[in-house]
Amino acid sequence: MKLFRLTTLLTIFCLAALILGPAHAARAAESSQLETILKRGTVKVGFDTFKPWAMKDKKGDYIGFEIDVAKKLAEDMGVKVEFVPTKWSGIIPALLTGKFDIIIGGMSVTPKRNLKVNFSLPYEFSGMSIVASKSMAGERSTLEDFNTPGTKIAVRLGTTAAEAAKNFLPKAEKLYFDEESQTIQELLNNRVHAVVASNPLPFNLANEYADQLYLPLKEDFTKEPISFAVRKGDLDYLNWLNNWVRVNMSKGWLQNRYHYWFFTNEWENQIQ
Amino acid sequence: MPEDSTLGPPHSHKIPVSSILDTVLYLALMAGLLWLVSLGTERLGYNWQWYRIPQYLVQVTDNGLSWGPLMQGLGVTLQITGISLSLMLVIGLTTALMRMSRSWAARGVARLYMELIRNSPLLIQIFFLYFVLAPILGMSGFWAAIIALSLFEGAYASEIFRAGITSIDMGQWEAAKSLGMPSYAMYRHIILPQAIRRVLPPLTSQAISLIKDSALVSTVAILDLTQRGRMIDAETFLTFEIWFTVAAIYLVITLALSGVVRVLERRANGLAP
Repeated sequence: MKLFRLTTLLTIFCLAALILGPAHAARAAESSQLETILKRGTVKVGFDTFKPWAMKDKKGDYIGFEIDVAKKLAEDMGVKVEFVPTKWSGIIPALLTGKFDIIIGGMSVTPKRNLKVNFSLPYEFSGMSIVASKSMAGERSTLEDFNTPGTKIAVRLGTTAAEAAKNFLPKAEKLYFDEESQTIQELLNNRVHAVVASNPLPFNLANEYADQLYLPLKEDFTKEPISFAVRKGDLDYLNWLNNWVRVNMSKGWLQNRYHYWFFTNEWENQIQ
Repeated sequence: MPEDSTLGPPHSHKIPVSSILDTVLYLALMAGLLWLVSLGTERLGYNWQWYRIPQYLVQVTDNGLSWGPLMQGLGVTLQITGISLSLMLVIGLTTALMRMSRSWAARGVARLYMELIRNSPLLIQIFFLYFVLAPILGMSGFWAAIIALSLFEGAYASEIFRAGITSIDMGQWEAAKSLGMPSYAMYRHIILPQAIRRVLPPLTSQAISLIKDSALVSTVAILDLTQRGRMIDAETFLTFEIWFTVAAIYLVITLALSGVVRVLERRANGLAP
């Protein structure tokens, strides 16, 4: 009886493995992801919300620079687009496990990320900036002023802002949060001296809360290439993406959309 | 009686056949699980890099060995759970006694606290304490986390204590009262020593829950084991390796705790099953 139970159990395992196996096997096949997308008729896009890269409007639809880019990309591919919002800290593992086909989410190229994924040509550049609390940071106006042991800096976990803070402010104490909104909350609660984030967030914050916050640095202190991220080893797919960037860069489409989302506030009434 | 030894009492040292089968079954189950995981990751093309993990546990520096970030995180987790555990017991027992007291105000407060805490998610409570109450009170993140955790687990512990106390035979209460014992002495010498033995197993479960729930404090930037794991994961993308390691560390801690409690139970007059 016991032996019977044992064999049944093992059989169930083998069956489970057989069922689960082929689902992944399809991806292991040598064909390009581009083929898979075209056959499926949908491109799945991974991103997380960062104003104004991607955000929700009043109706609950996603809008923003990255959303425009993703829609145009899908249009040029001749497929539909499916948005898969994903927590930033888990976005690369989600790409690797096949939750979506591409990350279009203002992702900066870093050597460490590049060890796990392939990046396309950069389609935009972003810079890191600091927004500080007037009552906490007071008169500080250089990067070195914030690089002291007593300084607390809030950053979003897994972003290049976290890396920039680590590299440029090694002596300061860093607090890592999952959401951008939490770092801002900490800053407004006067629990940290400053938040490091990619522009235009610091710029917008300093404008919005002009009596509490200020921009200590006039310029961004980094300039980082923003690229599409895809799974490794798919030259066909990468070639298509690279040329898409070249074409849309030369036509001025990318620059136009970037200007609209980053340097105008015509879209503000869509989200409030 | 030599013939008895061949039969053996129910708890003899002989290993019964069913336990061998059990072991085989268990091993088969574990092997199957491992196989499924490895199969899944192989099909995903996951690149296992276990060799990069030890540096996060122990680091070799010029001054000799030092703890890696994961072990430092474990230190914070142990600190938080250690303090929360004692607070949980105090809060739990106090609430249980308040609920059984004659004062309606004490009963009301205890009931309100328990229902409020037990019926809302821990994550929301942590956020509320950290982002709303802590800045007002000037509390550090570390203490906000401890208070959130001990309040949450204390609500459950109070019900466990109450169940233990009400399970004590009526005769014990009557005997204590007939001796003219005041309330405090009655609880201290008659009721609680018996009740605590009975509630030790469910309290252990609660303590283990506490250790596992402490992972949630990582959401408010406390550098506990989970937060360290998240940071390493974010930097290196060694997702599977890191989370397996972190889970194993939690498992070691919770199993050690269960072991300690089992020894305590044996000491408490062999009430262990």
